[in-house]
Parts: sequence; structure tokens; C-alpha cells
Amino acid sequence: MKIITKWLRAYLPQLAVDDAQLAEDLTLRGIAVEGIFSLGEGNGSVYEMDITTNRVDAMNHYGIAREAAAIYGLVLPALHFALPAPKPAAKPFSVQIEAQDACGRFTARVLRGVKIGESRDWFAGGEVASYFALLQQKTISNAVDATNYVWLAMGQPTHVFDLDKLEGGIIVRRARKGERLKTLDGVERALFEDDLVVADHKKAVGLAGVMGGWDTMITPETRNVLVEAAWFDPMAVRQTARRHGLHTDASHRFERGADFDAPPVASALVSAILLANSGWIEGELVDVRVAALEERTARRNPIALQLSEVDRILGATEDEEGITAATVETILTSLGCGLASQPPAMGQTFGQDLWLVTLPSWRLDLEREIDLIEEVARVYGYNRFASTLPAFGGGVRSLPWAEKETAVRAVLLAAGLHEAIGSSFCSAAEAALTAPQPGQVVPLGNPLSEEADVLRPSLVPGMLAMIAGNLNRDVGDVRLFELGTVFAGTTEKVEERMALAVGAVGSLPEQSALHPARQIEFYDVKGVVEQLLDRFELRAVYFDRFPREAGITPGWLHPYRAARAVADGVTVGWFGQLDPREATARKIKGAVLVGELYLDRVFKSALRKPVAHEISRYQPVHRDFSLVLNEGVAWERIDRALSDLHIPELVDWRVREVFRDARLGEGEYALLVGTTFQAQDRTLREEELQRFQARVVEAVGKAGARLRV
Amino acid sequence: MTNEAIPDLMAFDDAGLDEAFGGLERRARVEATFISNVADVEKFRLEWLGRKQGRLNEVSSRWLKAAPPEAKKALGLRFNALKEFVEGLLDAALGGGPSDSALKAEAIDITLPGSRRLTGAEHPITRTMNEIVAVFAALGYSVGVGPEVETDFYNFESMNFPHGHPARDTQDTLVVAGQERRPVRDRLLLRTHTSPVQMRTMELVPPPVRIVIPGKVHRNDAADATHSPIFHQVEGLCVDHNIAFSDLKGTLDHAMKALFGSAVKTRFFPSFFPFTEPSADVQISCIFCGGKGCRKCKQSGWIELLGCGMVDPAVFAFAAEKQPAYDARQISGFAFGMGVERIAMMKYGISEIGQFFAGDMRFLGQFA
Ligand SMILES: [Zn+2]
Repeated sequence: MKIITKWLRAYLPQLAVDDAQLAEDLTLRGIAVEGIFSLGEGNGSVYEMDITTNRVDAMNHYGIAREAAAIYGLVLPALHFALPAPKPAAKPFSVQIEAQDACGRFTARVLRGVKIGESRDWFAGGEVASYFALLQQKTISNAVDATNYVWLAMGQPTHVFDLDKLEGGIIVRRARKGERLKTLDGVERALFEDDLVVADHKKAVGLAGVMGGWDTMITPETRNVLVEAAWFDPMAVRQTARRHGLHTDASHRFERGADFDAPPVASALVSAILLANSGWIEGELVDVRVAALEERTARRNPIALQLSEVDRILGATEDEEGITAATVETILTSLGCGLASQPPAMGQTFGQDLWLVTLPSWRLDLEREIDLIEEVARVYGYNRFASTLPAFGGGVRSLPWAEKETAVRAVLLAAGLHEAIGSSFCSAAEAALTAPQPGQVVPLGNPLSEEADVLRPSLVPGMLAMIAGNLNRDVGDVRLFELGTVFAGTTEKVEERMALAVGAVGSLPEQSALHPARQIEFYDVKGVVEQLLDRFELRAVYFDRFPREAGITPGWLHPYRAARAVADGVTVGWFGQLDPREATARKIKGAVLVGELYLDRVFKSALRKPVAHEISRYQPVHRDFSLVLNEGVAWERIDRALSDLHIPELVDWRVREVFRDARLGEGEYALLVGTTFQAQDRTLREEELQRFQARVVEAVGKAGARLRV
Repeated sequence: MTNEAIPDLMAFDDAGLDEAFGGLERRARVEATFISNVADVEKFRLEWLGRKQGRLNEVSSRWLKAAPPEAKKALGLRFNALKEFVEGLLDAALGGGPSDSALKAEAIDITLPGSRRLTGAEHPITRTMNEIVAVFAALGYSVGVGPEVETDFYNFESMNFPHGHPARDTQDTLVVAGQERRPVRDRLLLRTHTSPVQMRTMELVPPPVRIVIPGKVHRNDAADATHSPIFHQVEGLCVDHNIAFSDLKGTLDHAMKALFGSAVKTRFFPSFFPFTEPSADVQISCIFCGGKGCRKCKQSGWIELLGCGMVDPAVFAFAAEKQPAYDARQISGFAFGMGVERIAMMKYGISEIGQFFAGDMRFLGQFA
């Protein structure tokens, strides 16, 4: 919205500050001036305003002049427009308000002998041509410009009808079934039965408070007009406008609450401008009001305001004196409130200042004591309040899982994965592919796009999208993780869980001039998962896989390069190589590793507390075993066989090498297993070692391995 | 080589042994200092430890044999000590390792780049959010969170949004499908702000409350340089007896100084939010130009950063339905909320909000 200071100053001639200072003072009081542009010598400035929606009363020149008057303690003269005496009418123009719940006031004034023509500066307070020029607003005709001028002056929508096109008087009513209306925008509309319309005795002639009708509009031939200035109920106007997809200046104001007392003044200004060219008034102003709506708006009950409450809510000011009773009275009075002192009620401390405040008709946003306190703070100036810190005596709680989340993040960051945040949404097809609980996918009612029409049941789609994005940008080494919420349940009850996704492709997180980069593989991701689970107090963690036919492995994973992680009997996640078919579908080249952990399940366990064990002072002995195994025998079997030996002195065993070569039999492979024997209390003797070795050989033999000779 | 250096031993008392063995020790030490190459090492070894003509052999054959029986034990101990000493000298000489020229052959180019084990980078949003939370934790704020899918009641109604408020429109809010038949207050939507956690917190805990709420929120916004349908907020709530607007000012002024540096100034403007009254927008003095005016602050010297206000009594009334202690006549409080992306963009000089959610390794790697 634009405001010109020349117009403001016409309303408030005592204004002593310059345009820049005025802009700053208004802005600091919540009437935000976003930009100031000089209009040249003698023309003042134009302000670009940004006014919050609760302050529709200030979205016009007079409204802002009122704010300025409050800030500087000036008196703003009331708006008044002198009109010539009317010629008598044979009978008053007929106005009926049928929709008593939706139209609070309707004023109608008949002007005859008007001449439609160009706008000029008609009189002081009616400078249509020059103000419109400064505002760079096109003039159309004196009649249309008059209503626009009144809108810009005081924010009251008005409408002018070609009186000769009206059949009978005005009725404000709901639309009839099947009724039609062509509005000023040229659109022929089928009306809804709840639409509030202004009608004559035959037909609807306007959508009340939204837009006038085409057939009754002013034309260059118009000689007689009816000036409408009314008050319509916010909800009725909002619904009518919404149903027709319309948003006009008029509907904007009525939806947010117009000034019940403004119509006669607005009507006078429109009339004065039209009559300045030609014509006369016929009959007195017809002013029909609905008492119930008047009571709810212009004649609301006064509200009580207590100075102690002002202090309690607002606190200390930089000024020693603080906010006094006089400050409160000056501010609220200047905003149009009436303050009546009230004697203290029973039981109240003597001297407590208490007022009954009557509310201005244009401030429907003021309803409660707190609204008045806000006005006091606002006009007094927020930046004149002190900066204090409240005393505090309580403890501070962090989230129960904060420490666990930090531990997980530390493992992932140390592994060289960057943290990413992906989309919260995915397509229904991706959801079907990745949902850990099949069928539990929650669709959106108004999705952003077809590719994002459900809440993500898994972090995997987002992770794959981010990996693909990197590859498309020729970033070949991708290592990402995301910690985020996934959604399950139904549209009746949505469940939220915390999940972790990891995704990687390309080389390991190492950068060296001397050593060739190694490609990330399955075991790198498995290592991260192991390290991560290691941070928790878990008794048993294992990884398993299922034959493809079992239908257990998620569809996004390579059926023979995927693992399920199970911790204390609960599935806590899946990871592995992305199914190459899914990779192709996403135009991803290379072996992508991806996984998802269900952190809500992992977080049920406590973080592992490190415990120090006595470190043996005796020499460890290392023995390597070179084993040959059938391809069908997995390391897990050997591992379990060694574990089942329960030899306390066998303190460590690990795979040191896996190899396949031509000297082995068909379908065989070899493992080099390194073992470490150590006792806590003695140096191991050779014969003991011999015995342990023999037991190892026997155990792995039973597990399906033979010693390579 | 002759061993005239080993005189016959005449006195087998302690003083005599001290003198004889002491002399040999000093001599061995001096000779060891002249060892400078592998040949010297071998020469030293032969001279002292040689099996046939080594001095220790000589000592053993001449002194030990000549010693009277009662002196043999003492002499034996001193002999062993000397032997260990000489062996130590030899070890030290051998430990000197290869020669300079051998070392020179092992020269490397130390100007080649170091091999780096790359660590991951925390997301700038996580990082910024944690910084904000830490500032308020130091002021006594606990951390709270709430669901990302909310009901209309928590997201709007209890936050005093009137029915028909534009924010409640599906143009602004993403909603879960199939809600039309449900009562308005139960309808599920993606929370548009972290404010509903204010109500969830108050329903659970009577005052006093100090809580800071980091979280993800969603809006039905088309993506552009500064808008994203996904973004993050940190919300704060402080409720107690006698919490005033000046406390809100002091708290946020302190927090902004902690986040952006002690030179930062704050100023407060009237604003409008349904759930606070009075409401304010807070600006900080431009962190790029110090307030002089630059492109980043559109020459104003100020940057708008957050919204805040005193908790509206209507919000307390909703809380009081479950926790009667939230009586607006007895207690008061303030709430504030800030956009994490906006702060992170400012702190790190990020121009496109979409970069936060693209997972671009090059972008994320900058925060390692
Ligand atoms: Zn600046």
C-alpha cells in the first residue's frame, strides 16, 4: 500500500517532523514504512507501507494521520464534508436489510443531474487529480475515482450505481437459488444461496462488500446515481468472496472489520466530489442500521483497564518514571478511546488506577484489556522499555535421547559421512518400495507435487535422490547420512519415528597423493553400523540375510548383498548395495551403498558405559590359521565355532585375509585367520598352546574348514 | 693388540676394586665417544668384549684368577657390572643406526600434501540449531520437541488463530489426506511452526516453564531463493510469575549477543501474531556492516531476525483447561520463534535456501 505524505499532512497540518523522521517513528510503532521515495520539491514523499492484517484501520491516509497524531500528541480534526442542501424527494429511497445478521448498516444517497467526466482537484480535501498523480494511480472517471479516493482517504469501500438501471429500491439479502449476476470484472456468475447480495426489487446488483454488478455500473451516459456506503459482516463477505475466488480492496477491508460509523462520512465525500462537477442531492441520506450489529461494533461495552496490570505485563522502562496513569490516558485517548476513571472496587488497594475504556468504532481489533496494554506499549515505544533478565532457579533438562543422538552423529561424522537433510515427502511408488511397514503410508491432501504426495515412510527415497543429485552434478564420491523423522500409521493416526539413513558411493573418505583411493564397499557400511551399535548397551548384535524367495529383504536392496541388523532380537535396520535395477531406474551408475536404521528401536537401549579391564602383563602369542572352505560356508560359522570353544586364553580372532585362487579346489575359498592367545596370570607354555591350537583346528574342521597345507 | 692397559691387580679391598673398575669404566666411556661409524663400533666391541683379546676377557682371566677366595664374590659382582656397562655403551653406539648417507638416501618430499582421513560435517542447520539451543540452555531453558504432524487444535486453535485465518488455508498449510469428515480440531496437518509445542509443554508441566524447542516445520510454499516447503525453527517459551515485556527484551538481547557477538544491538518493533500480545519483531544491527548500512541489510543497518511477544491470555486459557495454574491473572510469559535457515544463511553467507536440502557433498563439505 502506498501513502503520500502530502495527503497525510493535509489531515494533520501541525505535523512538525520531516518525512524520514515520520517514517521511522511510524515504523517503530508498528505502522511499518518499508520504503520512502521523494516525489520532488513541494510534493513530499510516497511511503511503501507494510501494515499487519490486524490493523486494517491504518491502511489509509486518515488512519495513518491518526497514528501520527497519537505519536506526537497532536489533535487530529474529524473528517467532515459539507454538502449542499438536498432537494426534497417525493418519497425516501427504499432500503431494506433482509439479511440482518450480515449487513449492519446501509446508507444510500440519491444524486441527480451528475455529469460523468474527468477527475480534477475539486476542493480542499478532494484533490483527486493531484493525489492520484502522486500515487501514480490512473484516473478513470469522476465517479469511479471518487470511490477510489474515499477508499484511499479513509479505507471505507463505497459503490455508485446508475440509478436509472435500478428497479425499485435496495434490498440486502442472500442470493436466491439459480440467481445470476455479471460482476464488474465482466464475469457472469452463478450465485450460491449463501452469497450476500445487494439487490434491487428485481435482481442482484452486486456481491455485497466484494464487487458491484455490471448492468448497473456507471457509464459515460449516467445522469443519476445512487451512492452506497455500508457495513457488512466480516464472515459473510469472506465466504462470498471465497466462493467466487475474489479478493478485492472492499472484501479485504470488510473481512477484517470495517468502521461502522464511517459510511455517512464516506458517502458525503463521494457525493461532494461528484457534485463538484454537476448535479444535486435528492432527499436526505437513507441510513438503515441493525441494532444488534451496531452494539457488537460501534457501541461495544467498555472494558476495564488497570494500571497495575499494565506494569505487570510490560515491566521496567528505561525512563525512571515508567508508565504513569497520565501516559496511559494520553495514548489511549489519542487513539480514539474514551477513558472514564473508576473508583477502586472492593478489596482493591487504595490508589490503584482503574479505567473503563470505550473503544473506537474503527478498532474492532481491540477487545480485551491486553489489547489496550499492547496499544500503550506500542505508542509509548517498545525500545523505551528496559532490558531485564528474569531470575531463574530451576534445573535444565535436555531431550532424553539427546546424548544418544550425539553419540550416533559422532560415529557417522568420524566415518566421514556428511549430514544431509532430505525431503520429508516422496512419491507413493517410492513409499511402496521403501516402507518398513508395508501399507502404512500416509498421503497428503494437498501435496506439493505428484512426486511428493506422501509423507516419507523411510529416509531411503530422499537419500537416493540426494545421491543421484550429486552424481548428476559430477560429484562421484558421495557419503551422506540423514537423521530424521519417518512416518507410518494411517490418515487417522500418524506415527512418527526417528530413523537414520546412510548412503555412499565412490571412494573412501581418504585423500592422499600417494595411495590410490579405494572404493567404498559393503563392509565399509557394515563397519559403520557395527561401530554405531557398539555405542549401545546391547547383549547380542548379529547380521543376517534371507534368500530372495523369502520376500523379507526390502525391495530396494540387492538381494545377495544386503544384510539385516538385529540387536537383542529386534530388527534395527537394513543395509547393503542398492538393487542395481533400482539404480538404473534412477540413472545412478556405480555400486551405491545405502542403509536405514530404526533409531527409535536402537535408542531403547542405553548408551554403553566404557568399562576398563585389567590388561595382561604376560606376552600374547599370535597364531595364524590358513583355512580352506567351501563357498557355502560363511565366516559366521567359523566365528561361532571359535566363540563356542570358550577358551579364556583365546582373547582375539579375526579374518586377516580372504582369497580365492586357482590352486584351491572348485568352489572353494581360503581364509587366513589370526588368533591371539594370552593369559591374565601367566606366560603360556608351549604345550598349552599346542593344546589350544589342536582344539581350534578341530572346531573349525567341524564347522567345515580344513587346514591349508 | 696388547693389553698392557690391564695392570695386575694388587689390592682386593673395596677401595682397590673401586679404583681399578672405576678406571676401566671411565676409559670405556671415553673410547665410546669416538665411535662414529660401523667400523668403529666393531673395533670397540673387539677391544672390550673380544673373546680372545678383549679387555674384559683379560680382566676375567687375570684378576678373577688372582683374587683370594674371600674377594672373589665382590670382584665377580663388579665384573658383571662393568660388562653390562660396556655392553650398554655398545648398544647405544649400535642404536645410533644407519649413517647419515644411508639416511640421506631415505629422503622424502615433505611438501607433498598430507594424507587426510576426511571426517564428516554436521549439517549447518543442525549446527546452528545446536548453537541457539546452547545459548538458551545457559539461560536455564530445557529442550522440548513435538510431532511434525499436528492437529489443527495444537497448530492453530490453541495458538489463538481464529477460524478462517489465512494461515489455516490449504494454500499455506500442507494437510494429511482424508481429514474432511473429522472435527476441525482433530484434523491432521504438517505443523507450520514449532509453536504447538508451547501448548503441549504447558499441558504437561505447570509453571514455571522455560523451554526451547528446535524442530522441522512445513508450509505449502513454492520453493525459491528464500522459501522452502521444509524449514526449521527454534521456539522459546518462558512462563512464571511476573514475567514482563522487559524480560523478553533482555532475554533476546542477551541471546542475540551470545549468537552474533557482543557488539550486536537489538531493536523491537510492534508486530502481530495471534498467540502473543503485545507482539514484536526483533531486528539486530547488521552483522556485516556493524549498522552502517550495506547491501545485505538493504542499507538500513538492521536485519530482521525473529518474532516474539507476551503469551496471549487466550493461549493461557487453553493451557488452563489441563493445567489450571496457567491463570493469566496470576502468571505471565513470553514466547519467541526464529527461523534457523535464515540465521544459518546469514552466518555462513548462503544465498539459496534450497542448498540446505539438496545433499550436495560440495556444499555440505564446507561445514567440516
Ligand atoms: Zn549491513
